[in-house]
Amino acid sequence: MNKTYKTIYSAVVIVLAIVAAVGMGAIVLVAIGVDVSETYRVILTEPLKDMFGITEILVRTVPLILIGLGIAISFRSGILNIGAEGQMQIGIVASAAVALAFPDMPKWLLLPLVLLTGAAGGALWGGVAGYLKAKLGVNEILSTVMLNYIAAQIYGFLLRGPMIDPAELQTGSGTPQSMRLPKTAWIDRIIPGTRLHWGIAIALVLAVLVYILLWRTTWGFKMRAAGAEPKAARYAGIKVESCLAAAMILAGAFAGLAGAVEVTGVHRRAIEGISSGYGFSGIVVALFGGLHPAGIVPSAFFFGLLLIGADMTQRALSVPANMVLVLQGAVILSIVSAKTWLNDPYARDRAVRFMTRLFGRKRAPESGGGRRGRIAR
Amino acid sequence: MNIGDIVLNILALGIPFSVALLLAALGEMFNQRAGVFNLGCEGIMAMGAFLGFLPAYFLQNGPLAPYANLIGIAAAAASGIAMGALFGLVTVSFRAPQGIAGIGLQMLGWGAAGTLSRHFVGGVTGIPGIKPWPVPLLSKIPYIGPVLFNMTPFAYFAFLMVPASWYILFKTPWGLKVRAVGTHPRAADTMGTNVNRTRYQALMLGGAFAGLAGAYLSLAQAKMFADDIVSGRGFIAVALVYFGRWHPVYILGGSLLFSIAQSFQLSIQVLGIDFPYEFAVMLPYVLVILVLAFSRGSKMRGPAELGKPYNREKRV
Amino acid sequence: MSIPTESITELRAEGITKRFPGITACDGISLRVGRGEVLALVGENGAGKTTLMNILMGLYQPDEGKLFINGKPVRFRSPNDAYAAGIGMVHQHFMLVPNMTVAENVALGSKDLRKAFRLDMEEARRRIRDVSERYSLPVQSDAYIWQLSVGEQQRVELVKTLCFGARFLILDEPTSALTPQETDELIALLSRMAGDMSIIFISHKLAEVKALSDKITVLRHGKVVFNGDTADHSPADLAALMTGHEVVLPHNECAEGCGEVLLSVKGLKVRSDRGHLALDGADLEVRAGEILGLAGVSGNGQRELADALAGLRKPESGSIRLGGKELAGHSPREIIGAGMGYIPEDRNTEGIVPSMSVKENLTLKDFASKEFAAGPFLKLKKAERNAVDLKERYDIRCPSISTAAGSLSGGNIQKVILARELARAPKVLVAVYPTRGLDMGAEEFIHKRLLDLRREGVAVLLISEELDELMNLSDRIAVIFKGKVLKTMPAREATRRHLGILMAGIREEEDVREQDL
Repeated sequence: MNKTYKTIYSAVVIVLAIVAAVGMGAIVLVAIGVDVSETYRVILTEPLKDMFGITEILVRTVPLILIGLGIAISFRSGILNIGAEGQMQIGIVASAAVALAFPDMPKWLLLPLVLLTGAAGGALWGGVAGYLKAKLGVNEILSTVMLNYIAAQIYGFLLRGPMIDPAELQTGSGTPQSMRLPKTAWIDRIIPGTRLHWGIAIALVLAVLVYILLWRTTWGFKMRAAGAEPKAARYAGIKVESCLAAAMILAGAFAGLAGAVEVTGVHRRAIEGISSGYGFSGIVVALFGGLHPAGIVPSAFFFGLLLIGADMTQRALSVPANMVLVLQGAVILSIVSAKTWLNDPYARDRAVRFMTRLFGRKRAPESGGGRRGRIAR
Repeated sequence: MNIGDIVLNILALGIPFSVALLLAALGEMFNQRAGVFNLGCEGIMAMGAFLGFLPAYFLQNGPLAPYANLIGIAAAAASGIAMGALFGLVTVSFRAPQGIAGIGLQMLGWGAAGTLSRHFVGGVTGIPGIKPWPVPLLSKIPYIGPVLFNMTPFAYFAFLMVPASWYILFKTPWGLKVRAVGTHPRAADTMGTNVNRTRYQALMLGGAFAGLAGAYLSLAQAKMFADDIVSGRGFIAVALVYFGRWHPVYILGGSLLFSIAQSFQLSIQVLGIDFPYEFAVMLPYVLVILVLAFSRGSKMRGPAELGKPYNREKRV
Repeated sequence: MSIPTESITELRAEGITKRFPGITACDGISLRVGRGEVLALVGENGAGKTTLMNILMGLYQPDEGKLFINGKPVRFRSPNDAYAAGIGMVHQHFMLVPNMTVAENVALGSKDLRKAFRLDMEEARRRIRDVSERYSLPVQSDAYIWQLSVGEQQRVELVKTLCFGARFLILDEPTSALTPQETDELIALLSRMAGDMSIIFISHKLAEVKALSDKITVLRHGKVVFNGDTADHSPADLAALMTGHEVVLPHNECAEGCGEVLLSVKGLKVRSDRGHLALDGADLEVRAGEILGLAGVSGNGQRELADALAGLRKPESGSIRLGGKELAGHSPREIIGAGMGYIPEDRNTEGIVPSMSVKENLTLKDFASKEFAAGPFLKLKKAERNAVDLKERYDIRCPSISTAAGSLSGGNIQKVILARELARAPKVLVAVYPTRGLDMGAEEFIHKRLLDLRREGVAVLLISEELDELMNLSDRIAVIFKGKVLKTMPAREATRRHLGILMAGIREEEDVREQDL
């Protein structure tokens, strides 16, 4: 009977978390005088109504998976990467610059080079924070947030200055954007007429690779141990600081790659707003997906749905697009609370005993020696 | 323009700039002394900025006009208290990890402020805001008078909060509890202090300060509201508390340093110096990283239990 | 809290039950203490003594049962209520805020010293002075807690409790961090105080129990197994009651090992976290097939020595040689590779990764070795078989090898660590307080294994606070004091008295005058 009660407890916690998240969003919606249920209906169902909507969701899913994977690696290794936004931006300008620099290179050479450059740019940006944490103990949340602001300025500077499309200067309109990338640097579309591109295949393949990396290699074992309990990892001979730095570099690489994929697959030129919040959405995607590739892929789809849905509510119900941030923030707070409740043996025990009293069944006698445990993740 | 004028100019711009950072950092100091770090400070400031702005915007032409600013300030403080309490619920009562919960709160606050402002206000409009109030006599002192004593009453309040915070933290019973709870909560518990309640109180006070800091930004400094009005000041405030060794006086010094760096960008424009705009804007953020990197050298004696939730029932 | 006026003539607990996840710490406990009585609460680690006292102090809420003071039922919702009733506790791990002064700690706990916006520090100092003089407990009001020694801090704990107006004292393992001489002083003090107030003290040291208490209550697995007068029973009786069977801890009977020196430490100097030289030129040698016990009061450099041996702290100077190889300042990986086995002090955070499975923890040091990895890939099936095998051989009690290691009981966690270390066939094993916090069954298991290792020719360095354990198991005993090894002697020459004197820092017998003992 105990097992059933434990499942009931977990289910109740999860349901309450969902209610809390939805509720927090509802408070804001009520404040702006919009129909709450209609808004949620639009967000969750409208985008799925036609093929175009679904492909648009998938377009959003690609960078979310990539960034989510990177964040999962970093979180599991014990370091919090909040800098995906800035790392993505650096990846965008780095990859765009390389694509524009070699217009005559054949595609089979240029495209991989461009993508790798994007990853390298993000890796560098992430590496700064990783180095600061590993060598100087600087709190990585603060450093990555600062690096986000710095990257945003670099991005703006490059797009308004050295990398601006000469055509803009001639016509005098001055839109901060680069030249169109050469066709040899484009990721092809899968379904003509939509924006869905082969980047999704890259994302899915990488998801599988990340799983193998974290759970099937010695390197992944090291990272997970260092993240779960650095003291014990040190005693076991693991160099925890190297793991932290490596995790940040890898997380940055994924975010930079996401930037490169977006610029070559979707926009085909570097413009303002490509990264537009993917960096933060990626954090929510990773948490919601349980920091595991198998969870991150569907989670990315779900948040892609939310993003498109929020766009639609802006047009249909005049709900400002910032609402997405509200929902994401609410989801983070709910998930993080639910996780602690689910992992709290004292609370779970009290709940199980309460239910036993309520429903009056006999429990199996307590064993004297070892305690019951939970399956390790 | 001689060098003296340039310096005075930078100070005249920079010192009022420090108010928002100072208030937010003092609030965060109470949080951290009690053992909790609230990265949601940025989001609380955003909501505070919006709520400070809103009454001033709507009531500016009506009968309540003279009270509009005060209503805004009160609303900002109230929302700060509420958000601080929410953070307390998640991190103190639920004992969730404080770092990521802070980011969640920040997104919530920032998103809510943006959503509400887009809906109620639409575009970016200005308001009369709070006018500076020159201190009689003192503001006439040559050189430093116009720099130090020609600010808004809000600013004077903020600077007064420095000695006030010092007194609260080190000389009052509540301050004693806060310090005990952040260093050795179990000892405080066995001596009759309610650890969780004290932490909630610190978070609510910190939230109120952050809300006020946001209101300052929209009412006194920029005299308008935009999505990016806070642009990282909340995070800088959290970093400032580390840098300022959790002590009001050093925090004051740190906030002056950073805001002068921030005002640098405006100053050079005013003075017509040719320097890429983006790099000037970048300066405070780079400075934060440098400061964080190099302040690790000395012994950092922060509150021992900073970041760790307290569970009385945990078997010791 | 305000100062209570009524004295406590009787404190009674009836049917107290308290459960934690997976374990019932207290199961229907009843006891009674009358005026001026000293009750000893005795039992193994994990028997439920501290939990019961925390309930009396209002820190935990009992799931069932009632408390009575002077015949009236009471309910303590928080420590405040307990204090108001006149109960005070001196905890095993001191409840003092380190970066505050003694006076500030007293003010923290005294409601009436805290007026709305002001702290009445003068009154706090006055109270401290009064209590200090009355009970001959010298204490400096304005000293910071972190500046004080362990013995001084305990005095402060006692004074603080008395300042809160305690009429009934609870002491949790009061002598665990004291030398034998300091213990004698404390016992004398408590005997004096028993005239004024009733005392419950928790201990697992039966000699103290005999010396101090009038009555005794023995707990086992959360239940009361015995209640009676101390005078009627011998320590042997009490030990049997505590464990439920005749306990004979394994004894090291064999002759001294005369193998080669496998571990040698010379002139080792290591800094503590605070910056001072915690280890100041320590020398020791452990031979193959011998157990060297290192005795000493906690805080005399043991932690720094253990960390240096594990490679986690870089020594300032000196040498550590394992089998002839110089290892001082090398990385943990190199030291592990050289054949050093290590059982760390804090098994939960240093010995295992609590959220990883038992299976994974058993390969924590070897996951990249040829045995458990093929190139970069983990050999998961091999790790599985290894875990099943070790679980059997070491009798590790867990639901499955995929269970999170952190959810096991203390004894089983220690078995996981032991299994992992011993499976690697180390040349040298450093065991740091290996039986701390474990019940006698687990202690017996570990002692047996240590003696097995000794027979197999491994050099074992045993760092421990328990003189009984050291005297039972070691071939030779060394005493560490303020970072130096004062003396090393064969175990048969060691007596509690002699060790106690050395642990207090006095080198030669001649330095000790009769009156000081």
